[in-house]
Amino acid sequence: MSTGFAPARVRSPRAATAPRERATETFTAPAGSAGGLTRLRRRVRWPLGIYTTPVAILVLWQVTSELGWLPEKIAPAPTAIIQAGIDLWKIGELGTDLTTSLRRVGIGLAIGLTIGITTGIIAGLLRSGEYLFNGVVQIVHTIPLLAVLPLMIVWFGIDELTKVLLISFGAGVPMYLNLFAAIRGVDQRLIEMARAAGVGRARLISRVLLPGALPGFLVGLRFSLAYSVLGLVAAETVNANAGIGYLINRAQTYLRTDQVFLGLVIYAVIGLLADQFVRILERVLLQWRPSYEAQ
Amino acid sequence: MSTATTTSVDVRDVRRQFGDRVVLDDLSLTIGESEFVVLLGPSGCGKSTLLRLLGGLDRPDAGTVTVPKERAIVFQNDRLLPWQRVLRNVTIGLYEAGADERALAVLDEVGLKDHARAWPKTLSGGEAQRVSLARALVTEPDLVLLDEPFAALDAITRLRMHDLVRELRRKHNAAMLLVTHDVDEAIALADRILVMSDGRIGSAYDVRLDQDERAISAAREDLRAALLGDLGLAAVH
Ligand SMILES: Nc1ncnc2c1ncn2[C@@H]1O[C@H](COP(=O)(O)OP(=O)(O)OP(=O)(O)O)[C@@H](O)[C@H]1O
Ligand SMILES: [Mg+2]
Repeated sequence: MSTGFAPARVRSPRAATAPRERATETFTAPAGSAGGLTRLRRRVRWPLGIYTTPVAILVLWQVTSELGWLPEKIAPAPTAIIQAGIDLWKIGELGTDLTTSLRRVGIGLAIGLTIGITTGIIAGLLRSGEYLFNGVVQIVHTIPLLAVLPLMIVWFGIDELTKVLLISFGAGVPMYLNLFAAIRGVDQRLIEMARAAGVGRARLISRVLLPGALPGFLVGLRFSLAYSVLGLVAAETVNANAGIGYLINRAQTYLRTDQVFLGLVIYAVIGLLADQFVRILERVLLQWRPSYEAQ
Repeated sequence: MSTATTTSVDVRDVRRQFGDRVVLDDLSLTIGESEFVVLLGPSGCGKSTLLRLLGGLDRPDAGTVTVPKERAIVFQNDRLLPWQRVLRNVTIGLYEAGADERALAVLDEVGLKDHARAWPKTLSGGEAQRVSLARALVTEPDLVLLDEPFAALDAITRLRMHDLVRELRRKHNAAMLLVTHDVDEAIALADRILVMSDGRIGSAYDVRLDQDERAISAAREDLRAALLGDLGLAAVH
């Protein structure tokens, strides 16, 4: 509150007399359209895109290993890990373990996604579907994936069934949740527009609700893939006589750090590939979406 | 139920309120077949609310609304499906064979034939609005409800759209109810101009002028002054 007695303060006598300098901004054609040079510069600065940092770390790792700063028992050099992979491949073990694991993920994903997508769509479209599934999934969702494992072993034994079901569980729940939310989140005004245009139920679903839920579906898919790999790791760590998890367990027993790392690398590559797969899907399926592209 | 051949829209004693706020209060309105009615009124007076009732998107709290079964709405903002290309946005309400050809013909009429395969995100505001106009026209409805459809257009495009709307009416004899804030637009198009106030139709003017008189005439200026007066703008212009 002003008192009314204080004299008005002049901030700066010079600012009052000197003409104010105005800051300007100049815009020119952006880098992308400027042609090869700027793009080349970006290529040079980030030669491998998002993989620049991981590759840099790998190189650093290799160098420190060769200088003997990193004990082999702790972390063998990247080349040693690759060598371990080649050796295991030659005696046929890596191939078997890999196909076993991939088959488990494949079957588990197929079951989990089928159930997650079907129930997600039903619950998204129908109020009765929501009441039927939502409560159960919400409760189940709060139980950590790994905590379900003991129960599954009791129920389904320690064989393939438990592993596949654990993976489907990991894949199905996030798919359901995201798909349900995405369908319910479709812009109400667009649904109203469709109704006003005389659109029937089937077309409302096929042209408005499902395409509108696509971004959420892809988010769900990304989580599903990530959790299915998590489920795979969990399932294979507990009990297995084949698979990447088995490979890691066995290597641990014989203190073969290089083979342990190899298993981890394979898990990472599976996860990365899954992520890339969703990225490509997004680029193809969501081209209609106006979205932010970073510099 | 409506068997009358002369009235297209019949609104009787309609009330619509949101909570305690009564937006439409005992409003009555009839629109004849192929009549062009323009609705004026200050922002927030309930024009869109009335249009939603006529479009069947909302129900009155009291009174009755009778409208033709075949009707189309052009919304205040374009409401295009972002995930469908322009052509598919226009054909959304069409089920008969040859939908694409008809949609292309209407897109041609609104000057957007070349954009048929474009995504809505690439359209300008006026282009998007024209697509939603095309979407409404393509079903050849008996009643077209337009909620400020030309607000985002430049003067020349706007005049072209006026021609287009007039021509459509000649061709199809649809009844039209257009909401606008533009008094000149109202005079250019309307058979009848309604001004809303206090939740009902405050005043109504039959416009019996030919095309030239609508552009320049003493009667036109009188009408304009009267409308501005009704809108509380008499002293401003
Ligand atoms: N769903 C709703 N819930 C609550 N209030 C509403 C709702 N829809 C409209 N209103 C209120 O009703 C009044 C009339 O709204 P309406 O959209 O019909 O105005 P309008 O005449 O179309 O205005 P404008 O010219 O700005 O578009 C406004 O005060 C608005 O706040
Ligand atoms: Mg409005």
